[in-house]
This record gives sequence, C-alpha cells and structure tokens, in this order.
Amino acid sequence: MDSEGRAIPKRFLSLVQLFLILILFAAAPRYVLPYHIISLTSIFMYITLTVSWAVFSGPTQYMSLASAAFFGIGIYISAILGKVLFLPVVIGLGGFISFLLALLVGLSSLRLKGMYFTIFTFGLSELIRHFVRWWEVNQTGTVGRWVVHVNPKVVYYVMLVIVLMTLAVSYMIKRSKFGLALRSIGQSEEAADHIGINVNAVKIVIFAISTFFMGAAGAIMATRWTYIDPSIAFNPLFSFMPVLMAIFGGIGNIYGQILGAAVLTFLADVLLTKFPYYYMLLYGIIMVIVVLFLPNGIIGLKEKILRLWTADRMRLYANT
Amino acid sequence: MRILEGEGVKKYFGGLAAVAYIDFYIDQGEIVGLIGPNGAGKTTLFNLISGSLVPTSGTIRFRGANVTGLKPHQICKRGIARTFQLVKLFGDMTVLENTLSASLFGMSRGINQSQAKKESLELLEFVSLSTMEKVLAKGLTIANQKRLEVARALATKPELLLLDEVMAGLTPTEVSKATELIRKIRDKGITIFMIEHVMKAIMDISDRIIVLHNGEKIAEGVPEEVAVNRKVIEVYLGT
Amino acid sequence: MGVTLLLDVVIGGLIMGGLYALIAVGLSLQYGVARVLNVSHGEFIMLGAFATYSLYTLFGINPFLSLVISGPIMFVIGFLIHRALFQRLRSSSPSMVAFEGNSLLAAFGLLFIIQNIVLLFYGPSIKGYTYLSNAVNLFEALFAVNRLVALLFAVVIGVTFYLFLVRTRLGKAIRAAAQDMNTAQLMGVDIHKVLGLCFALGAFMAGLAGSLLSMMFEITPQMGLPYTIIAIIAVVLGGLGNILGSLVGGLILGLIGNVVMYIHPGLSLIAYYIIFLLLLLIRPTGILGK
Repeated sequence: MDSEGRAIPKRFLSLVQLFLILILFAAAPRYVLPYHIISLTSIFMYITLTVSWAVFSGPTQYMSLASAAFFGIGIYISAILGKVLFLPVVIGLGGFISFLLALLVGLSSLRLKGMYFTIFTFGLSELIRHFVRWWEVNQTGTVGRWVVHVNPKVVYYVMLVIVLMTLAVSYMIKRSKFGLALRSIGQSEEAADHIGINVNAVKIVIFAISTFFMGAAGAIMATRWTYIDPSIAFNPLFSFMPVLMAIFGGIGNIYGQILGAAVLTFLADVLLTKFPYYYMLLYGIIMVIVVLFLPNGIIGLKEKILRLWTADRMRLYANT
Repeated sequence: MRILEGEGVKKYFGGLAAVAYIDFYIDQGEIVGLIGPNGAGKTTLFNLISGSLVPTSGTIRFRGANVTGLKPHQICKRGIARTFQLVKLFGDMTVLENTLSASLFGMSRGINQSQAKKESLELLEFVSLSTMEKVLAKGLTIANQKRLEVARALATKPELLLLDEVMAGLTPTEVSKATELIRKIRDKGITIFMIEHVMKAIMDISDRIIVLHNGEKIAEGVPEEVAVNRKVIEVYLGT
Repeated sequence: MGVTLLLDVVIGGLIMGGLYALIAVGLSLQYGVARVLNVSHGEFIMLGAFATYSLYTLFGINPFLSLVISGPIMFVIGFLIHRALFQRLRSSSPSMVAFEGNSLLAAFGLLFIIQNIVLLFYGPSIKGYTYLSNAVNLFEALFAVNRLVALLFAVVIGVTFYLFLVRTRLGKAIRAAAQDMNTAQLMGVDIHKVLGLCFALGAFMAGLAGSLLSMMFEITPQMGLPYTIIAIIAVVLGGLGNILGSLVGGLILGLIGNVVMYIHPGLSLIAYYIIFLLLLLIRPTGILGK
C-alpha cells in the first residue's frame, strides 16, 4: 500500500506513456550496445525478483528470505532440462516447480510468524543450497553444470516478457480483493480471519503464485551465465537484494519497487566496474544507509518532501 | 428460536479452567448481556464461539448446526461477527478499506467490488462515520475506532453480533450514543450478545443477563432479577 | 577401543559445544534483549580471531593473554555500533516487527562491511599459528593441549557468565528484559542502559570465542557466517529469549555436530539446518522455552 493508505495507487504514468516505454524497450536491442542489453536484462531480472517478493511480503509483513531458493530452482531446471526441452517449456517448468516448492514451504511454515518465519525461510534456502551441493558432489559426481547457451538478445526479450507479466500480475493482485486481504492479514491476522478471510489459504496461495516468476526468471538467466553451481544459483544475495531494493525504492508501491531494483542494480554494475575491490564493502555501506535513513524508501522521501512543500505553501497562503 | 446454544462448554489451559462448564442459549432477536468480574471467562467464551479458540469439550450450535471447532472465517461466513476487547482494526488502512474488506469476504456468497463499496458506504453512514471515509483507522479517536469495528463486523452481514466491551473507555455521552447504535442494530434484526462492564448501560439495554464467575454461570435472568441476586452482589462487591 | 572413540567424540563435542555455547549466549543477549538478530555476529568472532592472531604473530603476545585485550575491544566496538546504528533504528521504526526486519538488514550490511574491511587488510588467504599444539593422551585418545585449555577457558567464562546472570542484580535484570521487556521496565530496569550493554556483551563473547577458535583452527575473513548460523540454531534450540537456554543449545549442537562428523563429515551443516527447521516447525519455543 502506498504511504497514504490508498488501495488503488495513483497512476503516475498514463496508459499511453506506458505503451511508449514498452516500444522503447522492445526496440532497444537494435540501437543499443550489447553491453547495455546485458545490463538491462539484469535490471529486468532484479525488478522481477523484487516485485515478486513484494507481492506477498510487502502487505503481509512476513519477510521471506527464500527468494534465492525459488530463483535457484529455476536455474537448476534450466541446467538439467535445458538440453532436452524447448526453452519456453523449461522456463514455464522453472516457474511451476518454484510454485510447487513455495506451496510446500507455505504449508509447512503456516504457524510461524514474524522473525520465526523469516529465519525459517532463510534456513530452508540455505538447506537447499547445501543439500544440492552435497548431492551434486556425492551422487551426481559434479560440482557445477553447464547450461545451454542462448542468444543474449533472446534472453533480453524473454526477460522483458517475464518482467511485464510480473508487473501485470502484481498490479492485478494488488487491485483485487486479495490485495486488500493481504494487507488486512498484515495489519491484524486475527481480525482478518474473523471477517471471513481464509488467512491460511490466502497466505499460501499468494505466496506460491508470487514465486512463479522468480523460477521463470532463474530458468532464463541461467542460459546467460552458462556455468552454474549451487553457490551461484542459491546465493543468499538473491534473497537479500530484493528486500533491500524494495525498502530502498519504497515497499508499498510498485513504482517504488521498480525504482529500487533499477537504481540499485545499476549502482551495483557501476560499482563493480569502477571499484572491483571495494564494491562489496560499498554495498554493505549502502545497505546500512538505506535502512537507517530511508525507511520509507525513495518514494516515501518524495512524498514527505511533497507534504512538507504543500504544508509550506498552505502556510504561505494562510498568512497572506 | 434459539440462534446460539452451548452445551457443557469447557476450556482448559493446562490445568487452569478458563471456562469450567457452561450451558447457555441465545434466542433470536434478543440482546443478551454477559457480565462478571475480570477473569470470569467472558472473553474466553466469546473466543470459543467465534472460533479463535477450540473448546476442550462441549458443543456450540448456531442455528441448529454444530459449529464447535470451526475456524473463525468459517464461523463468520455462517453469520457470527464480533468486535474485540482491544480494538483490532487495520490501522494503516482507511476507514472505508476496513469495512470494504469485511464486505468482500464476510459472506458465503461472492460480491463484486462496486456493490461491496456501496454497502460499505451505507454502513459507515449507519454508524455515523461517513465523513471519515478516507481517514486512516489508526488516526481515529477511541469512540470512532469502536464504531468502525462495529461497522466492519456488520459488513459481514451477521445474524449474531458479539460485542466485547464496546463501551470501555467511552465518555457518558458516547456511551448513550453507543446504546442507541446497538438498539438500531437490533432493529435491523441482528441478535446481540455483549460483554460489558458499564453496568447501567448493559442493564438498560439487555433483555436478559448471564453472569459468569470463575468460568461458571452463576446467575441468569432479566436485569431486574440479576441486579438483586445475592450471589451476583457478593461476587462483585466481595464479602 | 570403544571407550577411546566415545571419549574422542564426547570430549571433542564438548570442546566445540563449549565454544558454541559462548557464541550462542552472545547472540542470545543481542536478540533476546536488544531484539537484534545480529547476522554479523560471526564477523565479531572473526575479528576476535584476527586480533589474537595479529597480537601473537606481530607482538608475540600469548593468545590466552590476548583474551584480555580482544574481549574488551569487542565490547566497546559492539557498544558503539549499537548506539550508532541499532538504537537509532529502534527509535525510527514504526513497530517492533519493522524494527526487527530493519535491524536484520542493517546487520547484513554490517556483515559485508566488517568482512570486506578485514579482507582488504589481510587478504583472503587462510592464516594460522601454532600455540600449544602438542598432543596429550587421555585414555588413549589424543587431544591437542590448546584445545583442552580452550575448553577450560570456555568453561570458566561460561560458568562466570552463568553466575553473573543468575546471582547478580544486573544479570537478573538482563534475563527479565529478555523474557518480557515491558514488565521488566515496570519493575525498574533501565532499558536504555541494558540494550546497549547486552549488545556489547554479545560482541564481547564473540570476541572471546574468536580468540579461542584462532588457537584451534585456521582463520580467514570469511570464517564468520557458519558460526552465526550455528549461533542462531543454538539460540532457537534453547528458546528465543531464554539466555541460559542458549548455553545448553550450544552444548547440544556441539555434541551432535561432532557425532555427525564421525558418520559423514560433509553433512554436519546440513544436519544443523534440518534440526533447525524441524525445531521451528515442531517446537519453535525451543527445548527449554515455555
């Protein structure tokens, strides 16, 4: 929800403007350097992860740190089945298996709240990472896997489609009665139950749906990295970055989530190239600064400034 | 017709009996008051009826059907709604949104968003909150918060409304306004079961009073009878 | 032969368990009282380890003596970090849930910062030193002297801390605050002092544990995270908010870990995670929690 508590967020951009932006992105590969295509693809990926994470964790305040598990599953589906199945099938399967895993996670963690839920999801994600590594080393006899290579332009377009679908689904859920239900659950789970919301069902189903595109994104991104292993696929950073990006941009608002993901991904890119030795350190500093000074994100900051400015003007009028 | 009945309802927490053994019934159209000293088990009984808690033993029947152990959302859909002793509003949501979510989910039959919005606005009008439609629930005064919780409960179109100390923290003027509202609700055909400590109000408005003490029913009857009942006086004033 | 193996596993488990207990109680203080799930706890352990390592290799200071230096330094650093970061978060967060989430993220930021600063100074290579590494024979099981002495120190520190928590007024205040902050406040506990103190104490324990660990194992700037995980599991095992429970939790984990290690070395971390998840599902209040 945005900081003024509106169920229906104000439209920043009209439909026409959105359509133009779409055309822009669709045409990009023709006019833009391959390096930038790769950067854009990464940005789309992080937007997908962030917005997906925020669908459930934003309104319910159940902070999930399992995004890496869902993303990683998609990556492994791609690595294992990429040679034998068509790309679209692999991507769909990545999303679907992710969905199934999330159903399982949701069903088992039903009674956990707050910090317990968070550390459970983190523990699960790490368990999967260690288990896959153990399995690969001891049973399959390999450390990493090679993934079928796909043309970066194709990856770009697929990722563009995925991010658009993610945004569409996120928006639809938010505007539907389930969006309201999720926020109600986040405010008071007991009251929500008493007004007829089947809290458990809503939590589990929406959580599972939200992970579909994480898995799909993983399936396609794997083809760009070509070599993957458990510490790449299930890297806990993929769990933390979406949270950080959502907070940075403004967690309640889709635009905030997009902004946060885009800015921080771009920043990471820049830092990595300019300061290859310091970039993790700088990232940590940014994390701390964001959490300390931007609790409502950039969008929150913008709204605060807007409110102060409006209050100022009203005072001005009152005095004249 | 008995709209709600409980037989042999017990709730133990470990070795402690919050509700030791209670038989009770509510007739359709009544306003029944539930009183008793703190810790008597009143809110626990409400929790058992609304599904927040499951009885250790005993049965609860609503309109003849056994509802013991059902989840709160199932009980809500059957037609029981409640408010809470400590108001549990959706604080960061607007007044309208609070009622809207109840309207959308509270009934067994689906309803579309515009119809729900219309009904919610009507309800806000009914509880005199229509001017506060866009205000965040957490910004309301305590009296308005209680009104909102009532509106939210009513949005689920209940046949039985459980009110848990809805008058706590209200000024005398607010109390009489609340009493008026409760009468209006009964006039709509909704049965009311209410816990209250504000004695004058509950004696005035109730058709019948049930008195609990230490998890047991110690008296029951019309307010005039209960007010002079020796056991009740002892329990409240101590001997 | 059976006795030797048993002794090996048990004493080995107690050595690790003793260290885990110190680490766990440190985290328990930070989460139980200050409500910060400090995922950078392991980095403080690492700092303690590197401090002792540097003091020994550069100045020849006896590692056991360096405890007196590394512990207090960690205490001060912990106190300052809490004051500068977590105390501010506490006042700016709209709810406890938000505060816990924010401080979790902030702690992650800290993890990156601390780990990478050390990486920049020391480089990623594995470091170590030998001190009292000669072996001693106990019923035909071999143990390095430094490990036995470390166990001794861990026990001494642990018992001292236990007595502090149970016998002194401040200790009891801390335990009360961990169980129920509001009631503790009503009973006169000065919350502001206690929060910072507990966080600092947690860092202090981490530093001590790190110093002891540096005598037994090799160290790298990335050594911290596995210990953080173990600490979290031990704290949950003993019950969130139960400070004494985390001591027990640590001991149990140490023993279990050693046993698993004998069965299949690569699986101990996985075993920890499985225990952890099952615990959360079946009895999230922990073995000793209410």
